[in-house]
Amino acid sequence: MDIPYTVEVRRDTGLTNGKIGIWLFLASEVMLFGALFASYILIRTGAPSWPRGDTILNVPLATFNTIVLITSSVTMVMAWASLMRNRFGTFRIYMGATILLGCVFLVVKYFEYSHKFHDGLFPRTNNFLAIYFTLTGLHMLHVFGGMVVNAYFLGPGSKLWKTNPEWFTNRVEHSGLFWHFVDLVWIFLFPTLYLL
Amino acid sequence: MTTDHAADIDRHVRIYITVFVALMVLTIITVAISRLHLPVHVAVSIALLVATIKGTLVACYFMHLISEKKLILAVLLLTAVFFVALLALPAVTHYNGFWIH
Repeated sequence: MDIPYTVEVRRDTGLTNGKIGIWLFLASEVMLFGALFASYILIRTGAPSWPRGDTILNVPLATFNTIVLITSSVTMVMAWASLMRNRFGTFRIYMGATILLGCVFLVVKYFEYSHKFHDGLFPRTNNFLAIYFTLTGLHMLHVFGGMVVNAYFLGPGSKLWKTNPEWFTNRVEHSGLFWHFVDLVWIFLFPTLYLL
Repeated sequence: MTTDHAADIDRHVRIYITVFVALMVLTIITVAISRLHLPVHVAVSIALLVATIKGTLVACYFMHLISEKKLILAVLLLTAVFFVALLALPAVTHYNGFWIH
């Protein structure tokens, strides 16, 4: 039996099930990161002193990563637009670029983390580093998760394009929504942790 | 694919590129402002304002919220209410013994 409402919209919601599903999931993600941001505010406002992020963290690397993630958001939306134009070859290029940029982001974070550990800076060192590693660590897991899904659509999942292109396009759109959300979280993490 | 549909997608692509440039400029502005070493409350306000503008651009154009169905906007509005409440909780603790007295 086919999964219902993957392509055709439901009359009651005006949406496909996948679309409403991903947005409900993202709503739960907003609350997950919201809880951690609230913890950050509580810990910071309750501390007698708080270091400026740029005295401990590497701002040029984080700025570079911000540019990388924003660029990957553009390549992701261009991958979806390519499918909307029936250009599967272009989709593969943009999707490949998105995954590659995700890799670049993670490699840069690896160097950032390694440098901190080398300097003896761990989550247990102080509250600033505890919240820094928690927030960026969770964000990195999201980047990795998004890359796995995108790699599936670039690889084995792309077979669906031949049999049901509209469904495949919808799937890529939903995957893109998650990827943009990951970008959006970083847009707030960057100034909060690194610059203030 | 109809000509109208293709033209519509082309228009979208032009918007994506414009938003991309705007996001890059705003990222540079964020870093530049942080170098001014403003008082903490001013720096926080400006940084969060710029981040909110960037986030709004991503949500509206890359995530297509600007043309999304009302049901999704309603879900996000409800989420925003709870999100703000969550962030307001630590602020409330500033008032000494607010929950106790």
